[in-house]
Amino acid sequence: MATDMTTDSSPQSPPSGNRKAFSSGMLAALAMPFWMVVGAMIGFGSMIRTAGMELGIGIGSTLGIWGLPGQVAMLELFVLGAPLLAIITTSSMANLRFMPMVVVMMPLFRGDPRAIRWRYVMSQMLSINIWTTVMNRCPDMALKDRFPFFLGVSFVCLIGGVIGTTGGFVLAGTMPLYVTLSLVFLNPAYFVFVFSSVRARNCIIAVIFGAISGPLIHQVSPDWGVPITGILAGTAAFLADRLWTTRSGGSQ
Amino acid sequence: MIEQTPWFVLTLCIAATFIWRALGVGVAARIDPNGALFQWFSCVAYAMLAGLITRILVFPVGTLEQTETIDRTAAMIVGFVLFFLLRRNVFAGTIVAFLVFMGLAYLRQVGGV
Repeated sequence: MATDMTTDSSPQSPPSGNRKAFSSGMLAALAMPFWMVVGAMIGFGSMIRTAGMELGIGIGSTLGIWGLPGQVAMLELFVLGAPLLAIITTSSMANLRFMPMVVVMMPLFRGDPRAIRWRYVMSQMLSINIWTTVMNRCPDMALKDRFPFFLGVSFVCLIGGVIGTTGGFVLAGTMPLYVTLSLVFLNPAYFVFVFSSVRARNCIIAVIFGAISGPLIHQVSPDWGVPITGILAGTAAFLADRLWTTRSGGSQ
Repeated sequence: MIEQTPWFVLTLCIAATFIWRALGVGVAARIDPNGALFQWFSCVAYAMLAGLITRILVFPVGTLEQTETIDRTAAMIVGFVLFFLLRRNVFAGTIVAFLVFMGLAYLRQVGGV
């Protein structure tokens, strides 16, 4: 009996660091981000249904655009019958944030040949939920574990996107309004707390400056508000952080 | 004039969004993660996201437009209290804000508030 039990821990199977890191990515996604994506995409799925579009368009925009502001912009302008160029530029501009997000994330994977080979695929899979999870967890992780971890998080979140969009489409009009509204509220609320947990000083300053100026700049320019906020508040935070470092005699 | 079918528009929107992602990949390959430019990008990314999130909560567009500013604010304040009481617990803050908001939205729907 005792020998039978020892053979259970099959010594032939190689130590699968990849699988372990992938699973831990999936678990990290299931802890919170997955549910946030589902909630947010339920709102989008029901918008698709209400607009009289087919479900495939909803799932296609979730998986392809993979950034809610751009998805909503496309849908709303399309329904309004806006000119093609306006739809494309507005939708694209709404997701301009992916550019700095990718710049900041990719160096975490530097040195891993898989991440170099798949860099464009990785950039396409990235969303804000995935980004915050990866930025939070990967720095403390061995380099070789980061890529499978990223895939695990992304895989679960993408599935969440499809489930949410489909669920919202199917349930549109049947869910009580207060539930739909609360689900749409869930994701931005979550990010407020995520961004209130950043640890690096320059990031904390950037979050505070961005949070204060974002709504104000939106009043001036609703279409360009987000990128303008990023550049103005980000640059101000960058300079403030530098100034702080110089004042405190170069220590951190 | 090309016909604007939803699939056609969607394909172009996906491509136009991918441009930003690909640009990010291009810059990331050339940037020094310890340099000042990287620090700047980091600040821009965080400021952009923080600005977007607060904008969504303060001046919502779309579905959330139907909700009251006071409900969203109250939910976030209660969430923040718990968040800090439990030493920056993201889960607790989010769930409590969500439940408070849902409670208020429910009361509004049934005419309680």
